[in-house]
Amino acid sequence: MKKHRLWAQKVFFLSFKTAACLNGAALLLILYFMVSRGWRAISWDFLTQSPKDSMTAGGILPCIVGTTSLCLMTLMVALPIGVCSAVYLNEYARQGTLVRIIRLGINNLAGVPSIVFGLFGLAFFCIVLKMGVSIAAGGLTLGIMTLPVIIGASEEALKAVPNTYREASFAMGATKWQTIKKVVLPAAFPGIITGSILGLSRAAGETAPIMYTGAVFFTPDLPGSILDEVMALPYHIYVLATAGTNIEATRHLQYGTALVLILLVFGMNLAAIILRSKMRKKLRI
Amino acid sequence: MESKVKMHTRDLDFFYGDFQALYNISIKFIENQVTALIGPSGCGKSTYLRCLNRMNDLIPGIWVKGEAMLDQKDIYDPSIDVVTLRRRVGMVFQKPNPFPKSIFENIAYGLKVNGVKDRGKITQRVEKSLKQAAIWDEVKDRLNESALSLSGGQQQRLCIARALAVEPDVLLMDEPASALDPIATQKIEELIKTLSSRLTIIIVTHNMQQAARVSDRTAFFYMGKLIEINDTDTLFTKPGLKQTEDYITGRFG
Repeated sequence: MKKHRLWAQKVFFLSFKTAACLNGAALLLILYFMVSRGWRAISWDFLTQSPKDSMTAGGILPCIVGTTSLCLMTLMVALPIGVCSAVYLNEYARQGTLVRIIRLGINNLAGVPSIVFGLFGLAFFCIVLKMGVSIAAGGLTLGIMTLPVIIGASEEALKAVPNTYREASFAMGATKWQTIKKVVLPAAFPGIITGSILGLSRAAGETAPIMYTGAVFFTPDLPGSILDEVMALPYHIYVLATAGTNIEATRHLQYGTALVLILLVFGMNLAAIILRSKMRKKLRI
Repeated sequence: MESKVKMHTRDLDFFYGDFQALYNISIKFIENQVTALIGPSGCGKSTYLRCLNRMNDLIPGIWVKGEAMLDQKDIYDPSIDVVTLRRRVGMVFQKPNPFPKSIFENIAYGLKVNGVKDRGKITQRVEKSLKQAAIWDEVKDRLNESALSLSGGQQQRLCIARALAVEPDVLLMDEPASALDPIATQKIEELIKTLSSRLTIIIVTHNMQQAARVSDRTAFFYMGKLIEINDTDTLFTKPGLKQTEDYITGRFG
């Protein structure tokens, strides 16, 4: 009996540990795969030139610029709306039917498949609002998709602000808005920014929402306004790998583009972590 | 006696939803005196304290019946601006709760939210408040450092300075020394005595020696009711009721 219990404990702890280690292994494997196959494609020209010869040569600058502008647009859409929603839900709203419905909506928004966002964006932003295939339409679509992530992160950050800060502020005759603006939001800011950047990095890699709304097969021009169409890294990978003019010959370009996308996303996550620790330091000591 | 009633409640009842937490509480708080509220945990003394600056308003589902007056004005009257009330009735909490801002900004906060813009006036008032709270000498060279870099006792005196900066008439203190060590506690107690020359102070405490040391009058709460209130000396030496005597001699609670 005793022996059996000890064994059971060992077996289960080992399986938990294995499960946890698999995460790290998966990441390392993906990284190894991408780096080993893609690094040869990466050069200064690859990063700074447009695709040439029917996209079988040249660089991916329009894709990098496109994905970056889509991300900025997404941030401009989702950050204000997301933070305001979170402030409403966490600071103002009385917990009642309206709040329950809003939360239900947010949770379901998070569960909508990304291709559905793409179709919605096409139907609503591109056609009804006449934005066409553009940074604006793509960014709005990605923005709506990212909203639940930003709201979730912001709410967590707001919840983590100790209630004693709010009480102290009220006790000095501050209004609720003054308290939120000067005490609650500054204290929650690092968490909000980190969560938002993480959500954004997810959006940066999405293909389905932008393939009808923001990204195009090929355009050598860099965007001049938010109503221009762009190339985007994830869509470019998809195009090269499935619909390119010479799929086999562009393998290295596909891996190179994927590597750039991964590095971009890693870069954003790293920036989020550094930003957070910097702001925390500034707040504490 | 030139004792003026600064604040009083008459037959105050308080409910959290269906649960009645306070029954018929009538107390007069004399201007520039320290009144201590004592009683076992859950007796309603903190709830009562938070009725006096309407801090309980933040909790959904509460309601108050009876009379609560500051300078003969009903603080629960719909025409009363609760923000102004809280400026006049300051509060210090159980755990030191400075904002994650600089020492200077912590004190200046209350002035800024109340519309003081003049930089010189703010600087002057920050210094005055820190001096009143007997912490100026310890922080005057590090006003721009984070308030969270201070020790617990210093943080609590900073919170008192912060409350004083908006020049309240009444200061509510909810077990202000219960999270502090004996030396820090002593400093807070000395401070309470000094401040009472120009402030009406109402302090909730678990520590009966503390109540005896700092207060002029003491009120004993039990199960949501005010059992006895008297001059501190009388209450502790000749309690009028057996229940009070049992509590202050440590037989229950």
